[in-house]
Amino acid sequence: MIIAEQKTLEEIKQIVAGYNKLLVVGCGTCVTVCFAGGEKEVGILASELRMARQMDGQQLETVERTIQRQCEWEFVDQLKDAIEDCDAILSMGCGVGVQGLAERFPTKVVLPALNTKGMALTVQEGLWAERCAGCGNCVLDKFGGVCPIARCSKSLQNGPCGGSVNGKCEIDPEIDCGWQLVYDRMKAINMLDKLYEVQEIKDWSTARDGGPRRINREDLRL
Amino acid sequence: MKAGSNLERVLEAGHFAVTAELGPPKSADAKVIHDKAETLKGNCDAVNITDNQTAMVRMSSIAAGTIALQHGLDPVIQMTCRDRNRICMQSDLLGAYALGVRNVLCLSGDHQRFGNHPQAKNVYDVDSMQLIRMVKNMRDEKKFQCGEAIKVEPRFFIGAAANPFADPFEFRPIRLGKKVAAGADFAQTQLVYNVEKFINFMEIVRKMGIHEKIYILPGVGPIKSGKAAEMMATTVPGLEVPDEIVQRMKKAEDPKAEGISICLEIIDRVRQIPGVAGIHIMAIEWEKAVPDIVQRAGLLPRPVIEVVEEPQEPPAQKPA
Amino acid sequence: MENEAEKSPNGYEPKVVAFACQYCAYSAADLAGPTGLQYPANVRLVKLPCTGKLDVLYILDAFENGADAVFIAGCLDGNCHHVEGPLRAKRRLVLANKILNELGIGADRLGMYQMSGGESIRFVEAAREMTDRARQLGPSPLNQRKSAANE
Repeated sequence: MIIAEQKTLEEIKQIVAGYNKLLVVGCGTCVTVCFAGGEKEVGILASELRMARQMDGQQLETVERTIQRQCEWEFVDQLKDAIEDCDAILSMGCGVGVQGLAERFPTKVVLPALNTKGMALTVQEGLWAERCAGCGNCVLDKFGGVCPIARCSKSLQNGPCGGSVNGKCEIDPEIDCGWQLVYDRMKAINMLDKLYEVQEIKDWSTARDGGPRRINREDLRL
Repeated sequence: MKAGSNLERVLEAGHFAVTAELGPPKSADAKVIHDKAETLKGNCDAVNITDNQTAMVRMSSIAAGTIALQHGLDPVIQMTCRDRNRICMQSDLLGAYALGVRNVLCLSGDHQRFGNHPQAKNVYDVDSMQLIRMVKNMRDEKKFQCGEAIKVEPRFFIGAAANPFADPFEFRPIRLGKKVAAGADFAQTQLVYNVEKFINFMEIVRKMGIHEKIYILPGVGPIKSGKAAEMMATTVPGLEVPDEIVQRMKKAEDPKAEGISICLEIIDRVRQIPGVAGIHIMAIEWEKAVPDIVQRAGLLPRPVIEVVEEPQEPPAQKPA
Repeated sequence: MENEAEKSPNGYEPKVVAFACQYCAYSAADLAGPTGLQYPANVRLVKLPCTGKLDVLYILDAFENGADAVFIAGCLDGNCHHVEGPLRAKRRLVLANKILNELGIGADRLGMYQMSGGESIRFVEAAREMTDRARQLGPSPLNQRKSAANE
């Protein structure tokens, strides 16, 4: 799923400064699961912002809504009735959600409340870790199901570099060395010999480097 | 001859090679390079010019290497994958060759987290293994990475790094073998302080026959103080300094002299390991120690190999 | 009813909200009267089925609606009917404390107490402690701003 975390209250206060009636919109999918922008967080942030405004001796009116997904028009359209008399929309969705709202309501100011961090796995309650970099050309078959692009700090395809010590990455003892994980997995599935091959230079044109990406499925379009 | 660099000639002739490290300054001051070059001149067969080492902004390695060339030194340009994509790498390689540089050492590069610009975006379009192959294909296939032909190809003696002290240990010789397969001609290792571990590493390397396909130059270097020894032992990932050495450095009355003694002992031991083709002296910001070390290790004078064929490109102009 | 002497000279009477678990603190509070113990009338009691039900938003709502102090009263560790209610509540207080500090209300206006159902005295102590603290701290900055805006 997509993981995100809330910007600091200070930053959000500055982002919404000057708007007096805010529509705070949560998203019921990824950011609900990672406790960043679901219905609960909408309630908390709206309350925080109202109180923060009061502390400055001013008033802020908030309308709270949470839709199932900010990245699909059928859900976004449910906000139509709520946006009319709001000065601005504060989206608690990921970067896609913010843009979904902005695209659907072209004359409305849409502001972000979250920082989107990427595609991740819930490792345990309260801990999420990036697993996919969306390079557009999956190589997981070559690395035993551990992605060196996403999990090696240098995205090495012929790692590990000289900074791998005790299974940890040189940049942070909290980060596992992606290549130690690749190595261990390949060993466990009896495929170590695969790692003897030099991986050729990657074609990054399928990644963001090739420009904004889209998928067009003619068989699905009406 | 693949590139005809002095380093290649010395190694091809079967001499025990000595390379040293020359760190460019964190400024535009050419004098620093001139001075260091003069210190190292005659004491080594080639000098490694570091490429923004530890991700600190320093003078360009190619620019500093060109200055070293003016002193008659044979520069080994270090090139990391951190700061350049394949377009810039190849462009810099063409330029370096045109300026007279004949050796390149291909590295992943320290992560920018360690440097003075931790907020920078890194590149890693290519990794060190792929860079080796790219440089080889430019030289031997006369082709750019995209496949297009190069009219006048850059002919480099290709270096790779090896770290026998990083994990997983059993994969380290294999990874060096991969670098050979990718096209590396010589390898310089991480600083060796744990000689036992390096001996084990070399044993596996020899079993795999890797030493017959690549010149291996273990990294050695004098430690300046007990504090430095402790810091190196505890804070540098992938560097192993045994406690015995840390203690010796801490107890030493003259730590600098002790550091050089330890370095000489290590040189003596690694020289005896079959498959070791030379040493790479990394006296980081202590280049002045190099002449003393080389002399006391009995590695002077450095061999002078006559150039039979003229290099294709005239070397850069010597200073007046 | 509490002693008149405890009241502030300027007439400020703090509003204290207690979120109490029905299995322990709520019954402890209930028992206070019959056992002859008194707790300050400043305390408004909100019954929770378990402190595990505590939500950061409840705390914020209390402050937004005029509370000068809030406390959570739950079971002793290991005595929770739902096993880990107080543990969860304590984790949530981490976020609540952070928010209260960021807002300038101050985390010292928020407290957490643990007791068994029979310990009326513990509840009364908690109620007095939080009321005293709110008295010392004065009105919540939010309430101060509100009254300033109304004048």
